[in-house]
Amino acid sequence: MEINTTQYKHCDLVKVVGRVDSATAPQLGDALHVLTDDGRFKIVLDMTDVTYVSSAGLRVMIDTQKTCRQLSRGELVLACVPQRIYETFDLAGFLPLFKFFDNITAAVGSF
Amino acid sequence: MTASYPARFENLARIIGLVTQAAEIVGLNEKATYAVQIAVDEACTNIIEHAYHGEGNGNIECTCIPDQDKLTIILRDQGQAFDPNGIPLPDTTACLEDRHTGGLGLYFIKKLMDKVVFEFCPSNGSQKATNTLTMTKRKETSA
Repeated sequence: MEINTTQYKHCDLVKVVGRVDSATAPQLGDALHVLTDDGRFKIVLDMTDVTYVSSAGLRVMIDTQKTCRQLSRGELVLACVPQRIYETFDLAGFLPLFKFFDNITAAVGSF
Repeated sequence: MTASYPARFENLARIIGLVTQAAEIVGLNEKATYAVQIAVDEACTNIIEHAYHGEGNGNIECTCIPDQDKLTIILRDQGQAFDPNGIPLPDTTACLEDRHTGGLGLYFIKKLMDKVVFEFCPSNGSQKATNTLTMTKRKETSA
């Protein structure tokens, strides 16, 4: 799994490539913590090239969402989620807990 | 097809590789194959975390039985007995603040596979105590 973070004026874009499973989810958690620990709570997760997300990955995202939404200071939004992964979010009942965007520009522009 | 792997998270991708190969032999479609990958990933994660209480404390043996109309996967470990009935199902409708993700892996396994059987065999002479999880994904329901 690879992670690249780009800082924009109004938000941060985190691009993830590869599998997010129990082996790699802590790495994603660390990358997101770097942002939230720095007081940056408006985050776009670019999932275009994510091939797989297990419950360990979902756990990282829900924990980050809880942190970001505290005091209405921001949120984690998800962009370009592949169909199978979207279905996993649906199965877990996560769809109402995140905003989903079809493209990065719209996701970044939502902040 | 049987292979044994040290119970470490870094080996998940290798185990998934084996079951993906078996899914191709059966001819499962992409959606069913993804379901099998998730179920096996979650099952192996549960073995490492709950049966072995951490990485490197034993092995996971994975057997794949490709059939004409279904794929059967058997996972065995020699960790602590696992009782699936002791794991509460997650509330998938709770609001964000009340959302807990414990039990989500087992929930995925039950939802995504057609048949799921957990068995525990206590140690018997030279035979170590063994958890056996048998999961089946049928081809005809994979649309």
